[in-house]
Amino acid sequence: MKKIDVKLITGRLVEQGIHLENKMSDEYLKAAAVCELNERDVAELGIRDEGNVRVKSRFGEVVVMAKVNNENPAGIAFIPMGPWANRVIDPDTGGCGMPHYKGMDAEVGLSYESIPTIKELMEDVK
Amino acid sequence: MTITDVLCPFCGALCDDVVVEVENNKIVEVKEACEMGVSKMMGHERITTPMIRESGELKETTYEDAVDKTAEILVNSIRPLIYGWSSTTCEAHKKGIELAEEMGAVIDNTASVCHGPSILAIQNVGLPSCTLGQIKNRADLIIYWGSNQAEAHPRHMSRYTSFPRGFFSEEGRKGKKVVVVDVRKTTTVEVADEFIQVAPGEDYPVLSALRAILAGEEDIVPSCVGGVSKERLIELVEKMKDARFGVIFFGLGLTHTRGRHNNVVNAISLVRELNAHTKFVIMPMRGHYNVTGFNQVCTWETGFPFAVDFSRGQPWYNPGETSAVDILNRKECDSALIVASDPAAHFPRKSVEHLAKIPLIQIDPYPNPTMELADVVIPSAIAGVEVEGTAYRMDKVPIRLRKVIEPNHLSDEEILGRILDKVRERRGE
Repeated sequence: MKKIDVKLITGRLVEQGIHLENKMSDEYLKAAAVCELNERDVAELGIRDEGNVRVKSRFGEVVVMAKVNNENPAGIAFIPMGPWANRVIDPDTGGCGMPHYKGMDAEVGLSYESIPTIKELMEDVK
Repeated sequence: MTITDVLCPFCGALCDDVVVEVENNKIVEVKEACEMGVSKMMGHERITTPMIRESGELKETTYEDAVDKTAEILVNSIRPLIYGWSSTTCEAHKKGIELAEEMGAVIDNTASVCHGPSILAIQNVGLPSCTLGQIKNRADLIIYWGSNQAEAHPRHMSRYTSFPRGFFSEEGRKGKKVVVVDVRKTTTVEVADEFIQVAPGEDYPVLSALRAILAGEEDIVPSCVGGVSKERLIELVEKMKDARFGVIFFGLGLTHTRGRHNNVVNAISLVRELNAHTKFVIMPMRGHYNVTGFNQVCTWETGFPFAVDFSRGQPWYNPGETSAVDILNRKECDSALIVASDPAAHFPRKSVEHLAKIPLIQIDPYPNPTMELADVVIPSAIAGVEVEGTAYRMDKVPIRLRKVIEPNHLSDEEILGRILDKVRERRGE
């Protein structure tokens, strides 16, 4: 299965913000369990219309939906801040309290698995 | 009933011009706020009743029993962590800090995973800043650096920066230049005059290059720094020097990325040096509506803005050691009380794994991932909608939150007060 190497960035999106205090809803999952990629990267992964991707770093992996955003340069993956993004980010704070939420190395590959719900993510950490 | 001049309790821009229509103690319409503000004020699914986990299931209980169980957990704990605070009032902050002192606990705030590095930088080199009112009335060069405010603070530009006409900016948008510096072409770029794309993790060298050019040392700057050509950097410095009143707003693009607080030190230092040429200020784009308030209250109560450890009997501050993520990563705390935030959603997996293993108490209006792990859940009224109190805007201006409908739940301040009383009772004080 095709895989690409990316720099992973997490951050705010309006849609994710709208449902920030409604996290157990389907709308929040649709807004936050996504990975924005340039269309060149999406095409390289072999995704035509829509599809899921597995994002993997040294610290974990998670399945989210791929979404084309050509304002993202090729080689940069963006996942909105939240429980899906936090499965893969670097927990080391470098001695200042702040984990490494932006700019870490990750691998993105096509996935036929479904996106985990928040309940499933939380069951998994127990 | 129409209520005007309502504060929006969502982001650090703390818009104070919201109009709310209320019928039969229900908000039926919210005007003037952004989509995120409208969504919050119109309301979502709520936690309806206090709950205690028994045999893996959350079971409904009374406020009295939930408060008593919370006090029992805290009193039996050696190193409790008390965390959250950015979506509640300063009055609740004060009560939470009193509880932390009583317990010898660590108290930390969401700033530690947001603008905590900015605070460390400000403690190093100060902050040449001002109020948003000054910027509205005077600024003619506005730079957003690593801040996608169109998504995070949607009315920031229309209320305080690019669009409004001020006393000395009568032309409004026409008389102002807006520059965005970011690693990707964010939605903020659509309403900017210029976009400078920096390679991920390269903000520090780009800021250093700008400082070198400003100091007249452009000869030592290579032809391309962090993906930006030397010519563009020289142009940006000229633009900054030519401004009558310039401002840099910076976001998590500086604090979440490689270099963290050092990036902010470099940005503040650039602004300090620009003041030899013109008036220039800098401001962090604070996220939650009252994250700034917690840092203010915590500073005047303990001497430190966040990550304060009371275990020695006096406040001890050392982010990296006393910050929530580090304490969880080291598996150090043996209980956690979470107020008005959701660390299970926003902390790295490793930190959440420890949170899931220890007795966990959640005080919040909404069901969320933290509730899925909590042993005690206490629903609270929504500050700024159902409870009045004080909040601090991102420029550290305190504004009074309004109550627009009557609550069905206790406020955070009231719940924390009851917990504090119960803790003292259990300890025989």
